[in-house]
Amino acid sequence: MATENDRATGAAPVRWTRRDFMGSALSAGGLVIAMNLPLPAKAATRSGRAPAQLNAWLRIAPDDTITILVDRSEMGQGVYTALPTLIAEELEIELDRVAIVAAPVGDAYFNAANVGQVTGTSNSVQDAWVKLRTAGAQARTMLVAAAAARWGVDPGECRARHGVITNAAGDRFTYGAVAADAARLPVPAHVALKPASQFELIGRDLPRTDTPAKVDGSAQFGIDVRLPGMLYGALAQSPVLGGWPDSVDSTEAGKMPGVRLVLALDSGVLVVADHYWQALAARRALRVRWNPGPNATLGDAAIRESLRRTEAGDPGLVARADGDADAALGRAARTHSAVYEVPLLAHATMEPMNCTADVRADGCDLYVGTQVQQLSQAAAAVAAGVPPDRVRVHTTFLGGGFGRRLDVDFIPAAVAGSHALGRPVQVIWTREDDMTHDTYRPPAVERISAGFDAAGKVDAFKLHIVSPLITARMFPPVTGVDPEVVEAAVNCAYGIPNFLVTYTRQEIGINVGYMRSVSHAANCFVIESFVDELAALARKDPYDFRMELLATKPRHRRVLETAARLAGWGKPAPGRHLGLALMEGYATRIAQVAEISVDGGVPRVHRIVCAVDCGQMVNPRIVESQIESGIVFGLSEALWGEITIANGVVQQTNFDGYRVLRANEMPQIVVELLPSEEPPGGIGEVAVPLVAPAVCNAWFAATGERVRSLPLLSGRAAAAAAVRRGSGNNDRGSAPRTTASDK
Amino acid sequence: MVEIQVNGRTLRVDAAPDTPLLWVLRDHLNLTGTKYGCGRALCGACTVHLDGVAVRSCVLPVGDVGRRAVTTIEGLAPDRSDPVQRAWIELDVPQCGYCQSGQIMAAAALLRLHPAPSDADIDAAMAGNLCRCGTYARIRHAVHRAAELARGEG
Repeated sequence: MATENDRATGAAPVRWTRRDFMGSALSAGGLVIAMNLPLPAKAATRSGRAPAQLNAWLRIAPDDTITILVDRSEMGQGVYTALPTLIAEELEIELDRVAIVAAPVGDAYFNAANVGQVTGTSNSVQDAWVKLRTAGAQARTMLVAAAAARWGVDPGECRARHGVITNAAGDRFTYGAVAADAARLPVPAHVALKPASQFELIGRDLPRTDTPAKVDGSAQFGIDVRLPGMLYGALAQSPVLGGWPDSVDSTEAGKMPGVRLVLALDSGVLVVADHYWQALAARRALRVRWNPGPNATLGDAAIRESLRRTEAGDPGLVARADGDADAALGRAARTHSAVYEVPLLAHATMEPMNCTADVRADGCDLYVGTQVQQLSQAAAAVAAGVPPDRVRVHTTFLGGGFGRRLDVDFIPAAVAGSHALGRPVQVIWTREDDMTHDTYRPPAVERISAGFDAAGKVDAFKLHIVSPLITARMFPPVTGVDPEVVEAAVNCAYGIPNFLVTYTRQEIGINVGYMRSVSHAANCFVIESFVDELAALARKDPYDFRMELLATKPRHRRVLETAARLAGWGKPAPGRHLGLALMEGYATRIAQVAEISVDGGVPRVHRIVCAVDCGQMVNPRIVESQIESGIVFGLSEALWGEITIANGVVQQTNFDGYRVLRANEMPQIVVELLPSEEPPGGIGEVAVPLVAPAVCNAWFAATGERVRSLPLLSGRAAAAAAVRRGSGNNDRGSAPRTTASDK
Repeated sequence: MVEIQVNGRTLRVDAAPDTPLLWVLRDHLNLTGTKYGCGRALCGACTVHLDGVAVRSCVLPVGDVGRRAVTTIEGLAPDRSDPVQRAWIELDVPQCGYCQSGQIMAAAALLRLHPAPSDADIDAAMAGNLCRCGTYARIRHAVHRAAELARGEG
């Protein structure tokens, strides 16, 4: 990666290899802080004796305080409820008797699928499904064995229920009474897990453990951390992405009330004051000469053009090749091709980026809402000049993650400030800082082609994806095609014998990052829109057309059939128009139908119907809320989501320029969760990608206009007339909305 | 020094009068339940009550508060007993939760004006409170439920 990218990521150019990342793990058992969850009085620590640690996720104190450590970050997706439920099910304890705390950095918390202690890829439950039930069963077995030993009876005669172990004679021990003994026993290698038919907690709509703290203001997010003597910092960053300060005149700023420090860093200029408002005022008084770096003339139009040129000039690396798509296209009776585009997007979490650091002689305490505890530890260690194992990461609640908090660019400045002052420092990015210095969802240009054979069947399908490569910056090195850029394409379920997916990397000069559903959003939009195009060419109903391509895919057929039926497919109300989308992602199958009307040349979305098969569910109510959440997120993207850049400067600075869905714009959302015996799939991201194609397909049904570039409302009112009957040729350089070819 | 009434107490704060009430609450008084989201009254995360009316504390200079009573999420009700909080718990509204203090304060102010709000009343009152987790449908449901609870239709 270019060094200019490194400049934008922190106080010092920091690069990690995957090996460093894995090697930075601490052993389990570091300091754990409670999350201010309002615990029942009996759960408050009142015993003088330390709790026994039964495994990496469970502590039981003599007073029966049961604490579950959760190693995934709670950012709304419900892991502080779902993961403890898995342990509690096998431990035989009620969920509301358990205190929840964030796990420290530790080897035990390594998520194999994410190659680290990482909350992402919607795999928290998939990762924990067997692991945490096993941990709960092991702990229960050890507790029972300890009690049986005290009684001198066979453990098989004993029973654990509701936190109490009993024997045939009617004797009883609470878990707390034998926890210390149990912790000294060997961990049983083999434990039997309950069959689903015996689940008492899994599959029920148990209340979220974090709700009480989130309705009375006591939930502690990163921005809410308060430490004795803490100061507040504001970071001035180069208006041009990737730029840096050449010189700073802090004469005026230094005289402002409350100012304690002005510190030039590679990433910007940090101002620390007694209060945040003072830091902001002093930041305005700084005179910084910014070196814009290499992006002084960068614009989103040029970015798009570079992606288009690369698409036209490079065949790409093969990610999936069934049969021979090029040969099949060559012999096809009819072909169709189009170019689709998606823009840069901002994560726009409600809680702007922030970090609190307390650097002392013995190391650094880091309080941060992060999805990457190990990377956070490593970033702080570099900034503090200490070994990683001297950084204790305290994970707070995250005020939205969406992948933004997989990056650590907001950490080093707080550490540097605390290191310089010897006091705790909390650095808060303003909304404007956050929106103009995001690690943006990358743009993509994708050419998609298909061929029909003489019988009218789809015989060839070819997708060429061109986009920057997030993983090259985040988790290098990447060999071959990174799975993160070809999602929803390599596993596309349609039964087409000749299927080719290729990828070409094209960097754009700025940092891009993982954002909720990552490349599913782009690829599902392209594929599901294009399948609709093919249905129209074949003069078939889009639902029937898809079902014909899914003959051997019963789970896909079931979600599609369910969504279509619930949406009244084929018989929309007068003035209403329907659009479909289908996807497999995160081991979940999902279908959506959007119902829209056309109001003054723009769509009005009335209803989104969604059917989901995500395998077995730990907590269906949380699953449903995540599906609703993904739909709202996806609808904002579909209608308005777009970051533009002029002369290296992001043009959207706040929620006026970067529009997201509001309460009064909500469609009705209908979610149908299908029962399943399959292993759990992911649910946090999977609903996002289908909204844009479903709405755009409904728009086509309403207007006959095909939307090949998002967002749907980008300049649409003004450009509607020009776009509607465009050139319609196959010139790859023309605007994508009109770039389609037929032969 | 500025004197303000917050959650039933009269407090003296050493802050410049142009300091937004939001930062006085958060940084001077450690009332961190009120959130910073945008700084420009665009998102509603900072919503508090001023004499019972919902206002955006991020654009309200503390010097302009005067004698009006400030109520924050911490002062809404003891033990999460406000009907809005009870409804939020019953329906498990929050996801990430960051915007929810503002949502709850906006809803509580709405119910004071409209004890039985229509969907349109709710949309109008809540349109200024953004939620990136997309809890809007549950919020609307919960506002109706809170209205029932407030009327004693538990």
